[in-house]
Order: sequence, then structure tokens, then C-alpha cells
Amino acid sequence: MSLIVKIKKRLGSFFLDIDLETDEITGILGASGCGKSMLLKCIAGVVTPDEGSIILNGRTLFDSDRKINLKPQERRVGYLFQNYALFPNMTVRQNILCGLHREKDRARREKVYQETLNMLQLNGLEEHYPQQLSGGQQQRTALARILVSQPDIMLLDEPFSALDANLRDKLLIEMKEILSRFKGISIAVTHNRDEAYKLCSRIAMIENGKIITAAPTKELFSNPGSVACASMTGCKNIEAAVKADEHHIDVPAWGIRLETAEPVRDGLKAVGIRAHYFNQNSRLNSNEIVIEGLFEEPFETTVLFRFRNQDAQSPSVWWRLPKDRVPREHELSIGIAPVNILLLYR
Amino acid sequence: MDWYPLWNSLRIAALSSILVFFSGIFCAYYVARLPRVIKGVLDVILTLPMVLPPTVCGYFLILVFGVKRPIGMLLDSIGFRFVMTWYGGILAAAVVAFPLMYRTARGAFESFDETLAYSGQTLGLSNTYIFWRVRMPYCRQGILAGLVLAFARALGEYGATSMLIGYTPGRTATISTSVYQYWRTNDEKNAMIWVLINLAISAIVLLTVNLLEKRNGKAGAVK
Repeated sequence: MSLIVKIKKRLGSFFLDIDLETDEITGILGASGCGKSMLLKCIAGVVTPDEGSIILNGRTLFDSDRKINLKPQERRVGYLFQNYALFPNMTVRQNILCGLHREKDRARREKVYQETLNMLQLNGLEEHYPQQLSGGQQQRTALARILVSQPDIMLLDEPFSALDANLRDKLLIEMKEILSRFKGISIAVTHNRDEAYKLCSRIAMIENGKIITAAPTKELFSNPGSVACASMTGCKNIEAAVKADEHHIDVPAWGIRLETAEPVRDGLKAVGIRAHYFNQNSRLNSNEIVIEGLFEEPFETTVLFRFRNQDAQSPSVWWRLPKDRVPREHELSIGIAPVNILLLYR
Repeated sequence: MDWYPLWNSLRIAALSSILVFFSGIFCAYYVARLPRVIKGVLDVILTLPMVLPPTVCGYFLILVFGVKRPIGMLLDSIGFRFVMTWYGGILAAAVVAFPLMYRTARGAFESFDETLAYSGQTLGLSNTYIFWRVRMPYCRQGILAGLVLAFARALGEYGATSMLIGYTPGRTATISTSVYQYWRTNDEKNAMIWVLINLAISAIVLLTVNLLEKRNGKAGAVK
């Protein structure tokens, strides 16, 4: 199982230039308008790239040199659209059967239909029209319609963006299970790092039409390596830094020196510290701070603070902690474990 | 009383509506996909009959289908003559009613959610199936509206019809040409009868469409 995509596509002033190789559940993470959906459309065949090739499990779907461009109908690609794209004039049953139109044997067709219906808990909704369904039910219907057509690859375009926040977490778990049972490659496009983290074993980050990093999910979050990746994985505090010695860096804007666990290489560009990683009890990398403000959320609080000698131009630092642990004093010292200091070289 | 104009008008309107239905949808679907410049030019040509006086359309039709013109002569030799025949009326009504169907269908197609077609394609459905079973039902309201407008226009067509097929009682007379002839010959009574018949047909058509719309609305389908 593998998908190899090497394509270029120009659209006005936007340039998509993708080089991607994958064989698992891959997340494509990037801001809106970075070309994520365009990439999926190229793989599905509803948009034709200017040049390059797309090879799925050894099958050439597109090759500009060899003049191969399979129709979307011949590609065996399942595409879950952002709005699910259910046919509004058809019932749940009719929609799902659209994915089964190739199966000519009536008994087999009915069997696959019933199995999928049960698996996605759509029983009792068969005669409903899409607009009579909730967002979650619509998503499950669309998934059922794709699964019965037995695609080689599953493309998910912002699968949860049309759902309420509380429904989202529940469906994420369901989706993860469905994808793990699906015997094929899955690609999920999202701008939400939590979704990508929970759903995907690998993440490729896209910026301005180019993939800037592709790595296993955990690795990417623990060591993003570049400023763009750190910020896309949700790192709130990023500031320019310089190497002091093998295990120390200086952060001029914060007026502090930090000890690192990992040896510092030459060419350091910046340091990233996640808002959750500051620790009041840590003696390591302990620095004096002045608290500027608090922003309460239901279960956590964001504390905005400045280091004692912080540059006036530098933005305040974010610190997130459970509500009951918010310090009473205005001025205090907080530390950070050397292992939690992200060294960013690009 | 001679009911011929009623029968003739209805068949001309019905047949030209069928013609316009398919040609209008076909053009609306394909013109929208053409490169910009060609699209602009074709759009003007296809919409022209709507803004031209019907008599001008009729004049053009005579230029093409007149019995002394090449195309007219060719058709005449195989037994088709559109001048002064009842079925010439289909042509006249179709040309004048076409832009109404074409433009409303195009508007409806432009509002279509293209991701529906994409998802159909990735599921392996043929483009023909997608067109008739997804796109058309989705655009049903606009297309039905276009069809009604075209039918009403065809039924009331006067200018191009009278130029091309004239008025021969029992052969080419339609409701609208009859009204004019009766009025011209001071037969106020017959003129009024045909005016009332025309009103009744139009009212029935519009009523039917409204009822159809309500029934469809209940069966689900697009908001």
C-alpha cells in the first residue's frame, strides 16, 4: 500500500507544488487557503494538475509525461467532502446504494448495504432525506456511501468542521475506529491540530502550497524543528534565540538564558515553549516573572506574564494551567524542564 | 364554433416547449463550460431572440426557411416546408421561447453545488446518471420555472408566428393570430371568446405548476 504524489499546479498567483509519499493515516495540516483541498481534488481526479504523477498502490492515476489521466470514476478514491455532498433528492438508502451501483448481484448488494448500515448505526434512518439528519448522521451516511464502494484510498476534507464542538470529539473517536478498520490509505485534511493529532499517525504540514515537513505525529509535536511547524502545532511562545554553548541558549527579547536537554546545534533560529510546560515548582531554568493578566476558561486559565527583564517590544508570554493552581502572587519565579525547550532551526 | 385555433396553439406550444426544454438545457449546460470569450459571444446570440422584436425573429426565419432560400428549398425537396404550415409555428414559437428556458436553466445550473457532481464521480457514477439524477433534481425549480415561462411564451407567440405561417383558418390559425383577425374584422364576440380561452389556459398552467411545487416540497428534496 502506498500513495506517491508529485504534482505541480498553478492557479492564478497560487502555486501548488507537492511531493508526498505515504502509506498510513496521514493528516495534512495547514491554514485555510494553503492548497490542502486542491491536493485532494487532484488525487481524486476532479482537478487536473499541470504536471507530475500520482501513483496509488502501483496504479498510475495520473502521469503528465505518459499522458495518463484516469477519470474520477476509475480511480477508486473515496472522497468525504466538507459538507458531505449527500444527494439531497435521495434517501439515506438511495444515497448509500449509489456507492454500490457496480455490484450487480442483488443479494450481495443488499448484504453489503445492511452490514455497513449496522456498522455505522444508521438503522431506522434509511428512508430519511439528508436534510432531516443531524450533522453526525449526515457524516455517517456519507462515510457509509464511500465504504460500500470499496475505495483504495479515503480522502477526508475537513471532516469535522461542519459539526458542533461537543459532537466533534465523539465523532472523532468513531472516525478513528472506522479508519483503522478501513484497509487502505487515508488522508485527512484539516486546519485543526487537535484533530490531526488524534486521528493521524503521520502529519504533513503544508504552507503556501508546499509541504514543509512530514513526520510521525508524536515526533512532530515533540520536536517540530521549525518556527512554522511549532506555531502550527500550537506552540504559543516563540522567540528568537541564539546558541550560548552546547547546552545553553540566550533569548535576548526575554532577557534570559535557558538550559537545554538536547545539544544545541549551530544555526539556531528561535526557541519555542508550549504554554502548558511552565512549572512553578521547577528549579531548572527558573526565572522571575511579572503577571500581567488572566483569562479564565471552564477548566483552565491562561496567564499572561512577562519575564523580569523582558524587552518592551516582545509580546507577553502564555502560561496555561489548571484553574486551582493559578498563583495568588503577582510576582514569582517559574521554571521549565530543559527537555521541554523546543529548538527551532528554520 | 371552430375549435381549430385552440388545438393548434396547444400542440405548437407543447411541441415547441419540448424542443426548447432539451435544447435549452443542453446549451445551458455546455455553454457554461466554454472558454470565456466564446461563452460571451454564444450567450449574446442565444439570448438575442428575447430582446429582438418577434417580427424581426420572424423575418430571420423567413430568410432561412423561405421556399426560395437554399435551406428552405432543400427542406422542401424532402417534404418539409416551414412557411405557411402549422408545424412552422413550432419553429417560430421555439426560437422566441428558447432564451427563457436557456437563461433560467443556466441560472439554475450555476447555483448547483459542484461537490455533488464530484462526489458522484468519485463513487463511480456516470456523468449521464449524475446529470439526470442529481443535477436536474437539484435544479428542478429553476428548470421548471424556465419551462413554464417558455410554454407560456410559446402559447402567446404572435409576431414571428404570423410572419412565418400567417393566418389560414383551419390550417395555421392559432389563438393569438385568431384574436387579431377577429378584432380586425370587427368580430368582437369571437375575439373576446378567444381572449377568455387564452386567459383560462394560462391560469390553469400556472395553477398546475404551483400545485406540483407544493407536492414536491413535501417529498423532501432541496430546500
